[in-house]
Amino acid sequence: MAQKINFRVNGVRRTVEIEGWEKLIDVLREKLELTGTKRGCEDLTCGTCVVVVDGVAKRSCSLAATKLENTEVLTIEGLSSGGNLHPIQKALIDAGAVQCGYCTPGIVMELYALFTKNPNASEEEIIESLSHHLCRCTGYEAIMEGAKLAQSYLKTAKPS
Amino acid sequence: MNVIGVSVARNDAQEKVAGTAKYIDDYAFGNMLYGATVRSSVACGKILSIDTATALKISGVAGVFTYRDVPGKNSVPLVFGDYPFLAENNVLFYGQPVALLVADSEETARHAARQVRVEYEKAPAVFDVLEALKKDSPKIYGDNNVFKKYDIIKGDIAKGFKDADVRVEDVFTTNYQVHCYMEPQGMVADPQPDGGMAVYGTMQCPFYVHDAVAAILGVSQNRVKIVQTTTGGAFGGKEDVPSVVAGHSALLAHLTKRPVKIIYTREEDFHSMSKRHPSRVEIKYGAKKNGKITACSVRYILDAGAFSTLSPIVLWRGAVHSAGPYDIPNVKIEALAVATNKVPCGAFRGFGQPQATFANESLIDKLAEKLSISPLKLRRLNMLGIGSETATGQKIEKSCGFKKVIDTVVEKAKWDKIYLPPEKRSGRVKTGIGVAAAFYGVGLGAGGRHLDRAGSYVQIQKDGAVLVAIGNTEMGQGLLTVVSQIAAEALGAPYDFIKVMLPDTTRVPDSGPTVASRSTLMSGNAVKNACEIIRRNIDRTVLGMAGVRKGASYKGEVCSDGKNYFIKGAPKKKINYFELVKKCYAARVNLSSNGWYTGEEVDFSDVTGQGKAYYVYTYSATVAIVSVNTETGEVDVKKIVSGHDIGRAINPQQCEGQIEGGVMQAAGYALTENLVLKDGIIQNPNFAGYLIPTPDDVPEIVPVIVEEAYSDGPYGAKGLGESPMITPAAAIANAIYNATGWRVYSLPATPEVLTALRANFNHGRRHKICTERKKG
Repeated sequence: MAQKINFRVNGVRRTVEIEGWEKLIDVLREKLELTGTKRGCEDLTCGTCVVVVDGVAKRSCSLAATKLENTEVLTIEGLSSGGNLHPIQKALIDAGAVQCGYCTPGIVMELYALFTKNPNASEEEIIESLSHHLCRCTGYEAIMEGAKLAQSYLKTAKPS
Repeated sequence: MNVIGVSVARNDAQEKVAGTAKYIDDYAFGNMLYGATVRSSVACGKILSIDTATALKISGVAGVFTYRDVPGKNSVPLVFGDYPFLAENNVLFYGQPVALLVADSEETARHAARQVRVEYEKAPAVFDVLEALKKDSPKIYGDNNVFKKYDIIKGDIAKGFKDADVRVEDVFTTNYQVHCYMEPQGMVADPQPDGGMAVYGTMQCPFYVHDAVAAILGVSQNRVKIVQTTTGGAFGGKEDVPSVVAGHSALLAHLTKRPVKIIYTREEDFHSMSKRHPSRVEIKYGAKKNGKITACSVRYILDAGAFSTLSPIVLWRGAVHSAGPYDIPNVKIEALAVATNKVPCGAFRGFGQPQATFANESLIDKLAEKLSISPLKLRRLNMLGIGSETATGQKIEKSCGFKKVIDTVVEKAKWDKIYLPPEKRSGRVKTGIGVAAAFYGVGLGAGGRHLDRAGSYVQIQKDGAVLVAIGNTEMGQGLLTVVSQIAAEALGAPYDFIKVMLPDTTRVPDSGPTVASRSTLMSGNAVKNACEIIRRNIDRTVLGMAGVRKGASYKGEVCSDGKNYFIKGAPKKKINYFELVKKCYAARVNLSSNGWYTGEEVDFSDVTGQGKAYYVYTYSATVAIVSVNTETGEVDVKKIVSGHDIGRAINPQQCEGQIEGGVMQAAGYALTENLVLKDGIIQNPNFAGYLIPTPDDVPEIVPVIVEEAYSDGPYGAKGLGESPMITPAAAIANAIYNATGWRVYSLPATPEVLTALRANFNHGRRHKICTERKKG
């Protein structure tokens, strides 16, 4: 049965008709054409589909669309404003943490949620949050470097 | 050099971090349908009937098709061509494509595909290579289940072993490895008005896909256009199998006259796509007391699965390298690719070498122990160098930085401080250090000599921006960036103004596959060639402007600092790059060119297995430091130092990324990645059951780059992608031995494997003590 939900995506109020079986990722990719969020496994193991829901990093492949009413969803498309990359995005490039790029949006969003809550997250906390993400290209070293670099960029970035 | 050897930022990184890069599932075409594949539910059998009635009744289903609907040839064009796009009368592995269903949504297509009822008469299957080689085994291929056999014979093997003072021999086995590229397989086919087909998708080898789509549709190749989309990892897993996905989507698009998208689920991808071959390596070394190796014999068997696909080629590379990176006068190698009723195996980073290297490098350590020589000394004593000979009798003539690689990794790992013999290690958690070395033939070599060429097309546009078309793919390894650097350097143009496009088969001629660490060399040289042709026109213009008259043989060499041109010796009189481009356009000077490159000639006899197998080799060595919990059998990799002689690092940061990523894939291969099959069916077709490394598993990784320039490479470069996958697993196995005294004979070395080794070890030790007591 179709039903309507109201929620905010990247700051914009959206009303979307959904089917009961649909997940957040289906709404984002198929209904709102926000394809920056990737499908990698469909069973909660890879992290490519992570977005930020009400400030918390969530796997959009498992979040029922019916639960989205009145939520605030931030996707990779909402992060870079006016063509300017977010410091986390810039840091991942500078650290050489981008190869095939398929896991990148999920990792960016995970780090965004982590650093928004805790800008001084320790290495262990970064590893803990990234442990929900698989990357087959980089061996993670450059991603860890990028995460730490992002922390320093965020501290020196001018508030906008 | 302006931009060679510089870690410029990747030119595709911005779109990837911003989420705007478009992978195949991010594309939608108007009026598009979705395909799903009906797959065999048995490992071996005869197809009795296919009942499509229920599926066709489902709303949104546009059709179900079988091999009977194929207008062209029902065979994936590869080495032997034995793999049908769709099964005809028989199926030979669980997951083999039997029929295709097409519907107006992905959900409907997948749901309806499960409603297609296929009835099979099961036939006896064979899952083990040794069983398959038996006379009375069920036959999958030919009369002996051998897809391909190679022999390499050098010197006199009997004499070599007779002359040896010490001999060691063992059998080593390895399990599958799954690529686990994060982006699953997928294609979109779009029918063209002329009856042709355009296909877009995630792939490594657009020209293989080109052959495949033309074949299944039975149309000429100039009506087929293949375009690679941003590819989310491949590692060999998108070499040949995308031909199947593309062939299927093209067939459905042709039959429905509408665009058709096929995206695999992760589970489907696990069940049906290629894998690294499981292997069995029987190997023997003989050596003099002083450590000089006199003989090596190898029987190298790959479990190829149900169809030959790329197995003959993987087998060839593995065989050529299987005696190890050593100068050995007497060698005998027998290599077999054997058919079993399982998913066909194919290309995976390292291409047959990680299996062989695990065996030969483990046995070299054993030989060192028997000779009471340090494992490093034994390797140094026998390793390949300029003037020495490989197992195929090829003399190493150029670009060999092997000694420097070994010396550097040993130093950086502080080997001398950490190394202790196993019996001196103590405690519940023991530390160990191990080394492994390898060489790697760059490119396709004699095994694929006819494909080893590449084309390019380069044009400087009116505003000075440069557009480059190549035939090799970017799949994460950084090729677009490296080729941009080569183009910028060769043209004297600013790096930021270079754009290299993903391959489109209508733009450049067949440039072979993007495999075998060949693309920096092949596409790099093809682009350099085109740029040099353009540069001659630019240089002539610069000299003309400087007053050097035509016919005056253009004295003076034109140089570039990446922004300006000037004549050598007169660096103050500069002309800006963009100004110069304007002048050239105004003077109708051609600033575009095709480029072409073919590798050096190779010369190899398939009868004796002797000759020049590859034109150049890279050399690598890895030292691993591990700690082993002797109670639980858990291994914690602490540090990996991995060194590679790659000729020249065009972009050091990207090279380090290749090494770190390859090392972690190899660590997974060594320890955790364990595909479980029961009656030919994969039991853990997902990331929850098949464990690839996560951020928790990462040790300290120290990448080491050695640059022993290759005269024929672009700015001296050889290649890198595969090399980091080859040695770390063997180094980890040797480190486990060094910690515990337990010799690892099969990969992955899971805690279960190690605790079983401990039991054997303790039993052996008790036995030895008892025997000695009796003697005493």
